[in-house]
Amino acid sequence: MALLLKEAHASEPEDFESTAKIVKFVVVKKREEGHAQQAELTSFEDVMLPHLDAAHNLARWLLRNEQDAQDVVQEAYLRAFKSFGGFHGSNGKAWLLTIVRNTSYTLLKKNRAVDLTTPFDEEIHTAGYESVSPATILEHSEDAELIREAMDELPAEFREILTLRHQEGLSYKEIADIAHIPPGTVMSRLARARGKLKECLAARIGKEK
Amino acid sequence: MNCEEATKLMDGYLDGELDPITSQAIEQHLRECHKCDQAYKTHGSLIRAIGNATPYYKAPAELRERIQSSLREEIAERPLRNVAQDARSLILRGQRGPRTVPSGAPWNWLALAAAIIFAAIIALNLMPRLQRPGADQFLATQLIASHVRSLMANHLTDVASSDQHTVKPWLDAKLDFAPAVVDLSSEGFPLIGGRLDYLDNRPVAALIYQRRKHFINLFVWPAAPDATRTPKTITRQGYQLLHWTDSDFNYWAVSDVNEKDLEAFKQQFEAQTSHH
Repeated sequence: MALLLKEAHASEPEDFESTAKIVKFVVVKKREEGHAQQAELTSFEDVMLPHLDAAHNLARWLLRNEQDAQDVVQEAYLRAFKSFGGFHGSNGKAWLLTIVRNTSYTLLKKNRAVDLTTPFDEEIHTAGYESVSPATILEHSEDAELIREAMDELPAEFREILTLRHQEGLSYKEIADIAHIPPGTVMSRLARARGKLKECLAARIGKEK
Repeated sequence: MNCEEATKLMDGYLDGELDPITSQAIEQHLRECHKCDQAYKTHGSLIRAIGNATPYYKAPAELRERIQSSLREEIAERPLRNVAQDARSLILRGQRGPRTVPSGAPWNWLALAAAIIFAAIIALNLMPRLQRPGADQFLATQLIASHVRSLMANHLTDVASSDQHTVKPWLDAKLDFAPAVVDLSSEGFPLIGGRLDYLDNRPVAALIYQRRKHFINLFVWPAAPDATRTPKTITRQGYQLLHWTDSDFNYWAVSDVNEKDLEAFKQQFEAQTSHH
């Protein structure tokens, strides 16, 4: 027993020594960690901040409200940063826009369930305006305010696909990834969205007449 | 390709997203069908015009600043802020003083890693103290199992003899040590025989004695040089275990006799072997 106690005592100075080492280890490790995090942040900002306008534009069209758009984009950037370690792809823009899109839909579902569930009523929007010819629409096609009003009337899935194609110039493949739809669906959805946009424009132009 | 198909594929063609063969087919149709060609041209220019005129909402400068500062806040909330606190609690633990449990500190991986290292150090320090009882408990289980098995499987003895001069040479020939073998018939513990067994990761000698209707297994193997000399009694599952050592050997007596009988057995055995 005495021998055991002696052993135990003998090991105590060692214990202190290792404690000091551990403290040093932890401090150094945390400093390294701090540097690593700074480096990670820099690399994240290099890759993701150039797409801030695209992120904001998409959120703004989806939410149709500036304050909500800014909140969602900030939230999306934070989410993106937290999972940046898992991003190994080369298409940072599509990756970020996917997060912006998902964050936007979460807010849309929470605040404005109506926006997603109310089916687009073709009768109301198209009745009586067949007389407005494509040529007439083309005459008004530089009227940004008119286009904005017509776009805002469309369901979220149409606003989304029109923004991604017309303004960001993304490929069907990228759009399919961002909007979580099969690649084969992109063309038909885009065709329907364009058709509805033309109808909405026609309806507005017809009303003004 | 007919007009209906061409109309369906028009948007894909406009966006340049069709495969080359389908593209050629639609081109050919547009050359041949004036109506579709007109529709395509109108659609194309209208879509381009709308696309160009659609307001683009650029991010305001303050949004960029908001994002950058929120990212920096996110980093700042990570482990860094707990360095001082962690280090202090580590030192306090090392001194075995009053422990402070850092409350509210997030369980980040570094704190966890430090805790694991500490647990390992403390465990290593305590090991020499804990090891013996732990090892004894394990050995006791082995001893009882061995004792029970010896009574169960009609394998009490390898060499059945009450003559110590038969049992001892038999064991000596089988083992790399020569245990003392004594007959204690006159003391009320007749020798029944000897057996080989395997305990504590080595072959051991088992001497079997009888006490009235009960058997005593006495396991013997060489003692480690630094072994403790304190005799030990363990009672388990109704079995008595008695442990002692002399200058050369470890002894473990296992039986279902009562503690007093086993103690008496030990004394007789020690008294007889010291004469040899």
